[in-house]
Amino acid sequence: MKVQISVTVNGTNYQREVEPRMLLVHFLREELSLTGTHVGCDTSSCGACTVHLDGKALKSCTMLAVQANGKSITTIEGMATNGQLHPLQEGFHQEHGLQCGFCTPGMIMTAADLLANNSDPSEQEIREGLEGNFCRCTGYHNIVKSVQHAAKKMV
Amino acid sequence: MGLIGTSVKRVEDKRFTTGQGRYTDDIKLPGMTYACFVRSPHAHAKINNIDTSAAADMPGVVKIFTGSDEGIAGFGVPCGWQVNFKNGDTMKEPPHPLLVADKARHMGDGVAMVIAESYAEAKDAAEAVVVDWEVLPAVTDAKAGAAAGAPLVHDDAPNNLAFDWALGNDKAEVDAAFDTAHHVTTLEYKNQRLVANAIEPRSAIGQYDTAYDKYTLYTSSQNPHLTRLLMCAFVLGIPEHKVRVVAPDVGGGFGSKIFHYIEEALVTVAAKAIGRPVKWTAERRESFLTDAHGRDHVTKAQMAFDKEGHILALRAKTYANMGAYLSTFAPAVPTYLHGTLLQGLYKTPLIHIDVDAVFTHTTPVDAYRGAGRPEATYLIERLLDTAALEMGMDPAELRFQNFIDPFDGVEEAGYQTQVALQYDSGNYHPVLEKALKMVGYDDFRAEQKAARENGKLLGIGFSTYIEACGIAPSAVVGALGARAGLFESAQVRVQPTGKVSVYTGSHSHGQGHETTFAQVVADKFGIPLEDVDIIHGDSDSVAFGMGTYGSRSLAVGGSAIVKSIEKVIEKGTKIAAHKLECAEADLEFAEGKWTVKGSDKSIAFGDVSLTAYVPHDYPEGLEPGLDFSSFYDPANFTYPFGAHIAIVEIDKETGKVDLKRFIAVDDVGNVINPMIVDGQIHGGVVQGIGQALHEGAVYDASGQLLNGTYMDYTMPRADDFPSFETDRTVTPCPHNPLGVKGAGEAGCIGSTPAVVNAVMDALSPYGIHDIQMPVTSEKVWNIING
Ligand code: FES
Ligand code: FES
Repeated sequence: MKVQISVTVNGTNYQREVEPRMLLVHFLREELSLTGTHVGCDTSSCGACTVHLDGKALKSCTMLAVQANGKSITTIEGMATNGQLHPLQEGFHQEHGLQCGFCTPGMIMTAADLLANNSDPSEQEIREGLEGNFCRCTGYHNIVKSVQHAAKKMV
Repeated sequence: MGLIGTSVKRVEDKRFTTGQGRYTDDIKLPGMTYACFVRSPHAHAKINNIDTSAAADMPGVVKIFTGSDEGIAGFGVPCGWQVNFKNGDTMKEPPHPLLVADKARHMGDGVAMVIAESYAEAKDAAEAVVVDWEVLPAVTDAKAGAAAGAPLVHDDAPNNLAFDWALGNDKAEVDAAFDTAHHVTTLEYKNQRLVANAIEPRSAIGQYDTAYDKYTLYTSSQNPHLTRLLMCAFVLGIPEHKVRVVAPDVGGGFGSKIFHYIEEALVTVAAKAIGRPVKWTAERRESFLTDAHGRDHVTKAQMAFDKEGHILALRAKTYANMGAYLSTFAPAVPTYLHGTLLQGLYKTPLIHIDVDAVFTHTTPVDAYRGAGRPEATYLIERLLDTAALEMGMDPAELRFQNFIDPFDGVEEAGYQTQVALQYDSGNYHPVLEKALKMVGYDDFRAEQKAARENGKLLGIGFSTYIEACGIAPSAVVGALGARAGLFESAQVRVQPTGKVSVYTGSHSHGQGHETTFAQVVADKFGIPLEDVDIIHGDSDSVAFGMGTYGSRSLAVGGSAIVKSIEKVIEKGTKIAAHKLECAEADLEFAEGKWTVKGSDKSIAFGDVSLTAYVPHDYPEGLEPGLDFSSFYDPANFTYPFGAHIAIVEIDKETGKVDLKRFIAVDDVGNVINPMIVDGQIHGGVVQGIGQALHEGAVYDASGQLLNGTYMDYTMPRADDFPSFETDRTVTPCPHNPLGVKGAGEAGCIGSTPAVVNAVMDALSPYGIHDIQMPVTSEKVWNIING
């Protein structure tokens, strides 16, 4: 009793048959081998799985793959365009916003949504905007600087 | 060139920022199956029967293993450190079975492993395994566990004691100092249990290749070689050379991924048994139940002072919770990584520490970032600020007058403590002076007074810490019970074209070795950074390794690399002298070339390497090739130190503690990459403050972990913190070639007491002297509201 879905991911359309209970994050990782989107928890708390659904940040473990039918998704693998890193990808590199890198894709996807809604956020706004994403390595200090770096580049 | 000491941007970033990191769970092998564990829902329960028949018939199920199956029954994971009882009796070391067959001893103990075509199917089937449990009474607190009549975790460990242990000066002498002291400060507290919570859950894939009779284990480990050694020699009894262990990208460890876990051995066994690869990845709830936890000490500590505030003596008794089994390094944590640090930065002449290591029906406890040193620092630094409050002294002044005098470890000898260690080099006044200046201490007290008059609760807290890392001299730790050496290995292979591959036994899971180590190599050879590749984490390419923990990678692993670099340069000099037709002594090596002193005749690094591999015109008797391995065993631990200051403001209405500022001045010896060192400090500080204000594993009386998910366990978040103010002083380590001390744990060791001290300072108008961590709004509100 698999269900046929059609989802556009990073600009490519995929038709797949999936179990109705499959989470979107598992669809991305297992069916499409897009392993840049990570799983860090089972309670939709950590944000490691964050992607964009029709342009808005979403924890992809909170949604079933079938619910994404007909939608358009961007994952971390789709952030660089024509070999050019997204300003956030560049910002995290310049400001040492990552250590183990496990939270990084989710952080970047959340931060991209944040900047789309607020192109010049204050430090406090950045911190509040990222509070649904856990990082155990960086202490957040340089993540804030990375987002500020990107914000400056994007205006 | 000139790369040492510069903030080179990390070479590893690109793969992580573009989603191309490769963590264990990202690996998919042909024919792979998926494992899900049946785990004990009880803390202590007898297993009367396990019925797998219904589960075995479920769709997709390949095989179900239980603890009575051949190849699993009788096998267990070992402990790697032996601490004997005070009376010389051997440590109690009950078996830690791969799967329990008769009795579960903590919630999460493994009972069965279900393997299926997909993870969802394995999970469905795991739920259909029926276990007939007979629930037994449990104990979760270390002190309660040691009390008479407590439920026993292991029948052959009376009073649940794994061992007892003491260190320091003669107890009677220490007690006598307390009897005659002007002032005695006493604290009784729990240094609460923490869960490491690396954001990547643990994961392991077993694979068996019949053609080569070879196993491969991919695992999210901080030390693949030690995992291989333990698993082959001490668990499964399979030949070490037939096992490859790969720890690919690993998403943080913080200690929890040092240890050899049952799941690693089980997927390895299962892969051969079913002839297909087996993957297991923890769900977060499993991480909470099965990753080794940290801390969990119940402590009573006292410090004795004379009238002027000189420390006369320190004594402490700690009940250290070991959990249900002895994890790999567990016995070392409350003893040789804790008791030995009680000298702190102070001239305390008399010290005594007593530790009871106690089994309880909880997840095993082992090293978590700092491992023992945060507990020691908390003990000393809380006593100091409390004493200052009680004696009406300034906490900074109190520290200054007790600091050990500076010593460089070269001209002046290292500092011999009362608790076994000899500090390498230290200069303690400047870190606190610098931190005081950064915080503006001269003005702070006036500001605080004004704030109080306006009804605001503002507080400042101090912590001046020392830690022992860069572990460790093998002979020393061997004498202290380690069942392994703690050296490191490195191979520096110069390729014919002058490009360099470095194979290190250290493992990077966020620390940035691929950059820092490359900086050292490129700097020493005078070649571009891009010409150096750092390879780690694969036992088939790296000869041997002791892994990464205890802030040892650069101090020990980096030193091994330097040894190999020196060998390369020495041999290169022979080749260069031959080519330039001069004596070796006439050559100097700098900026990537050998030059005949006082001339412009030179030969480049790449020409020498090419000659080494195309040895047509070559020194007689010299072996071809330019490739050297080294093992480095350090002469001593390294001893970073620092001063952390926290400023908090408490909201009287809600009891919420607002961390206004955090200043960290750390001395980690020489610094290769300041950006990376700062990052390590930031991360450590947040983990330390996490303990002070947010985190703590809570068990109920029956042994249920009440906060085993992210819905319940408070993880530090971005909006809990201000940006940090960091600086450093540099006191080089005198005994390793880079002069480095290690930065991985310092932040986590220093920060916790600074924040709690700040809270106590803010609450000082309420006349209380202690509060238990984590300092939640509720606790503070209750104090404010009587
Ligand atoms: S995996 Fe989705 S929020 Fe943690
Ligand atoms: S970089 Fe490791 S969790 Fe954020």
